[in-house]
Amino acid sequence: MADILRFLLRRRGGKAWHWTDVVSWIWLIGGLVIMFGPASWLVLSSFKTPAALAEFPPTLLPFVTQQVSVAGYDHPLSLYDVRRPDGTVVVLAEVRRIGLVAQMVDPTNPDAIEKVNIADRKPVQVVQFAASNYTEPFLHFDFFRYLWNSVFVTTMATLITLVINSMAAFALSKYQFRGQTFVLIVVVGTLMVPLGVIMVPLYSIISALGLFNSLWGVILPTVATPTGVFLLRQYMLTIPDELIDAARMDKASEWQIYWRIVLPLAAPALAVLAIFSVVWRWNDFLWPLIVLSKSELYTLQVGLNVYAGQLNVQWHYILAMTVVTMIPVLLVFIFLQRFITRGIATTGFK
Amino acid sequence: MSQITLEKVRKSFGAIDILHGIDLDIPDGQFVVFVGPSGCGKSTLLRQIAGLDKPTSGHIRIDGKIVNDVAAADRGLAMVFQSYALYPHMSVRQNLAFGLTNARVPRLEINQRILEVARMLEIGDYLDRRPGQLSGGQRQRVAIGRAIVRNPTAFLLDEPLSNLDAELRITMRAELSALHKRLKTTMIYVTHDQVEAMTLADRIVVLRKGRLEQVGTPLELYNTPTNRFVAGFIGAPSMNFMSGTLNAYKKGACAVTLNGGEIFPLRGLPDAAKLGQEVTVGIRPQQVHLSGKGQVGIRAKLTLSEMLGAETVLHCRANSGEVLLAILPGQHELSPGADVTLGFDASDLHLFDDSGQRIAIRGRA
Repeated sequence: MADILRFLLRRRGGKAWHWTDVVSWIWLIGGLVIMFGPASWLVLSSFKTPAALAEFPPTLLPFVTQQVSVAGYDHPLSLYDVRRPDGTVVVLAEVRRIGLVAQMVDPTNPDAIEKVNIADRKPVQVVQFAASNYTEPFLHFDFFRYLWNSVFVTTMATLITLVINSMAAFALSKYQFRGQTFVLIVVVGTLMVPLGVIMVPLYSIISALGLFNSLWGVILPTVATPTGVFLLRQYMLTIPDELIDAARMDKASEWQIYWRIVLPLAAPALAVLAIFSVVWRWNDFLWPLIVLSKSELYTLQVGLNVYAGQLNVQWHYILAMTVVTMIPVLLVFIFLQRFITRGIATTGFK
Repeated sequence: MSQITLEKVRKSFGAIDILHGIDLDIPDGQFVVFVGPSGCGKSTLLRQIAGLDKPTSGHIRIDGKIVNDVAAADRGLAMVFQSYALYPHMSVRQNLAFGLTNARVPRLEINQRILEVARMLEIGDYLDRRPGQLSGGQRQRVAIGRAIVRNPTAFLLDEPLSNLDAELRITMRAELSALHKRLKTTMIYVTHDQVEAMTLADRIVVLRKGRLEQVGTPLELYNTPTNRFVAGFIGAPSMNFMSGTLNAYKKGACAVTLNGGEIFPLRGLPDAAKLGQEVTVGIRPQQVHLSGKGQVGIRAKLTLSEMLGAETVLHCRANSGEVLLAILPGQHELSPGADVTLGFDASDLHLFDDSGQRIAIRGRA
């Protein structure tokens, strides 16, 4: 433990602070805040009540005003620290508020009503996690249907992406043919075309194919990603050609070379693309919103949209469900990240 | 049975010619070594034979049939690659089985053949390991095993020993040689190491810049190199070259006069046209000896002497400025700067004309 602490706190300047120490601490802490700040705010806020969310200045932890049951009152009353004119501070429960004056009682002596200026009191706040943000949507909101749709779209799109992109990458990296560079440039060039530009023609194609209001209409337009082709091609270039020659001598067909040799060796790159693809497809909002108009086909991201009404945005549900939708992506990342660094392609070589 | 015949095989990549019409006949069962400096086209030639590349023109025949358009897998050949090219994600067993499975050999026979090869190459203990978990020598055996298991009609080996350390290389060389004696299959072996070529080959093919320089048994190449390149390439350390002039000496004999003025009479005569010509004189370091004062020899200064125990390597600079290497058996205490006289038997000299071709001295003993 002491060693870990010494390791974490050691400085280039030894006892003194070298300027690089200061810069690296600022850099690291800044990075931590930028990376984890929004995520932790999201998770903590997802447990807030709507009132706590609306509070200004905002808090990080989900505070709620402590409530107490007082004899003679049907509902629990909120507790406040009240400063009396004589300077003493007592804890009183609010019965009702009229303008700037609140009527309050001492919970131990519920009969005597005191009138308190609201400027003289402060709510007694305790940290309380509003689990109902999570439980309610599962009851009222068709969460599992949306989850299933999202999972279906994400897995199917990712699988097809991996197969199609790796085939294209295999051809572009391991075969010599006329126009090879041209094809690659065209593929990479499509990176520069944003969804907004092709949205309308894409919509007409999807609708002409009868894929409107179908999950396949969400999946198919996304499966050919130039990023994926380029990423896999660059990785496959590092697979030695001798291996492919060896496979040819071993009577392997071109399909077998692709399926049995190149694909397993490109596993680290495939894992990276799989992570990308899962994140992209899981977080897709605009395209599914366009294609899907029946609520039973909604993916999670589109489904969450029901909490954002024209007049009323139910932030507490949106935040809670956003946390839930983050979990699968997180799991995929945790599971696949160990493949990223595992470079097995070179282990058979000297 | 596999007799491999190359007829005017040419290969160009774009405008660059790699092979300039190779004619070669490899009889069944021979161990043939392609040797040459890097970039001479020896690996390219092997790839043409393997079927991994197509020659630009010319024919490749296996047992008389033209195989130019036959796919690599269907030529019945097996290849061992320089990097071994073992499939890193498969176990040794799967590596060995891959080719057989693709050829739809029955499961039972595959297992039987793998066991047989594993026993032959002593790789039985690590059949279930991955190539990454094996040492260089073990990988090499697996790579050879993968070739043997397919019962090929000929083996093609592309610098298979170049990734091994010196000691292992010598062991594997002996094993390869033993393997060839046992299998009696044609083997074509590519290397840039002339020692490997000399020790392994039934026949050596010396290539330079895409052309055949000489084809022959190791000793033919050593004793009668057809040109200066082969003379310099075969034998280690390489042959000493000096310039001189070829003159008539007396009736029926000629002599070579070196730049330093030394005259060495030769028994026999070259083609008449060669008399009076400038020639390159070659002598192998092993055939140089120290001669006493007064005897004919090249006077030189010793620049460095390497005493290896069994032999002494002398680096000398002749008075004419040429650098000469001499390897003397036994131990000689000589310090750098000493004056030495280097002698040799005139019949050990090799003569080359200005185009590098060997000048035959007829009537020579």
